[in-house]
Amino acid sequence: MSLTQLIGIFLAAILTENYVLCKFFGICPFLGVSKKLDTALGMSAAVTFVMVLATAVTWPIYTYILVPKELDYLQTLVFILVIAGLVQLVEIVLKRFIPSLYHALGIYLPLITTNCAVLGVTMLVLDKGAENPSFGYIASLVNALGAGIGFLVAMVMFAGVREKLESCDIPESLKGLPITLVSASLVACSFLGFNGIVDRLLN
Amino acid sequence: MAEKTPLTKEFTKGIIKENPVLCLVLGTCPTLAVTTGVSSALGMGIAATAVLVCSNSVISALRKVIPAKVRIPAYITIIASFVTIVQMMIKAYAPALNDSLGVYLPLIVVNCIILGRAEMFASKNSIAASALDGLGMGIGFTAALFLMGSIREILGAGSWFGMNIPLLGQNPILIFILPPGGFFVFGMLMAIANRLNTNAERKARETACAACPMSESCNGPDDEKECVK
Repeated sequence: MSLTQLIGIFLAAILTENYVLCKFFGICPFLGVSKKLDTALGMSAAVTFVMVLATAVTWPIYTYILVPKELDYLQTLVFILVIAGLVQLVEIVLKRFIPSLYHALGIYLPLITTNCAVLGVTMLVLDKGAENPSFGYIASLVNALGAGIGFLVAMVMFAGVREKLESCDIPESLKGLPITLVSASLVACSFLGFNGIVDRLLN
Repeated sequence: MAEKTPLTKEFTKGIIKENPVLCLVLGTCPTLAVTTGVSSALGMGIAATAVLVCSNSVISALRKVIPAKVRIPAYITIIASFVTIVQMMIKAYAPALNDSLGVYLPLIVVNCIILGRAEMFASKNSIAASALDGLGMGIGFTAALFLMGSIREILGAGSWFGMNIPLLGQNPILIFILPPGGFFVFGMLMAIANRLNTNAERKARETACAACPMSESCNGPDDEKECVK
């Protein structure tokens, strides 16, 4: 796999395959913690970190343990437990060695276990690998990193939109989540514009 | 929970009053992702209902055995087992549905409705009540998915269950089956649900305490300490 292809995978994961706005992964944190810019940044940083780490761990487990032993039907069960364990481990390690980062990410870490974006990315890279054998370990990690950055881009953009919404006069029934979803729809519209851009850039 | 009335109440509350999608806003990811067509929306709803009923009953049966400290990992393991079973059944008997749901099928594990009901309801109530609660919530979830799937497929693809609809079939509004349409329809449905709820509350406030949030712990309108009115 050449460097250009890896860059292509990275950019595609951010723009055309954006996990939040195009694939609907991780909508709960997207709607829940995008109210302010700093919480949005903290959450996305934590998600990106766990995504890459989870892919780094689940890919070898699936390829070298579950598939040879014909246990691939246990994928869901094993992956969710690995992610839950990993999140716990990350929490303990950060608390011990980098307390400042731990306090910054603190409350978001446990929430990540039930963030479907993390489980989704670990499974999707395996699907991609099954379709295209050259999509190996490195490509999977790059894809996971891109997915995390894509999450960050969507969260940060949307946090900006939401801060503007606060000062708007909104009809009674649309107050709160409904107007948030309608604005998410407009942001998703803008991401449709990226269709095909990555192929054009690299070829 | 020995009487008959509360049990039916456990069942019906999930369908309208506490609809998991439109009122509690749980399980939004599958709601948006699989509602591009009615059949995949219905399939997702049924699969999630099956998992919800089974996991709720098992968790309720084991609620005295599972230590409180490790309850979340234990719940996740139980839920993941049922998701795997449902996934294998769908792969074997409905391969087309498996293809259209794709990665969202195993993602039922992290659907907040299921873990939420386990934590909020099944860990505190009897097996029968938990199973009924799961069934009611599951049907509420399926109904919301069905509604959204219908709207998006009719407007976005000009068909319903794959059947062509005259006039719309020739000029479908494509954006409704694209991601932005999903967010938009969901937002609008939620606004309508909000509107209906506020209307119902206003009506109920004028007549009785049925809609009062304290009605379960309160002794009626004479109870001055508790009554919100």
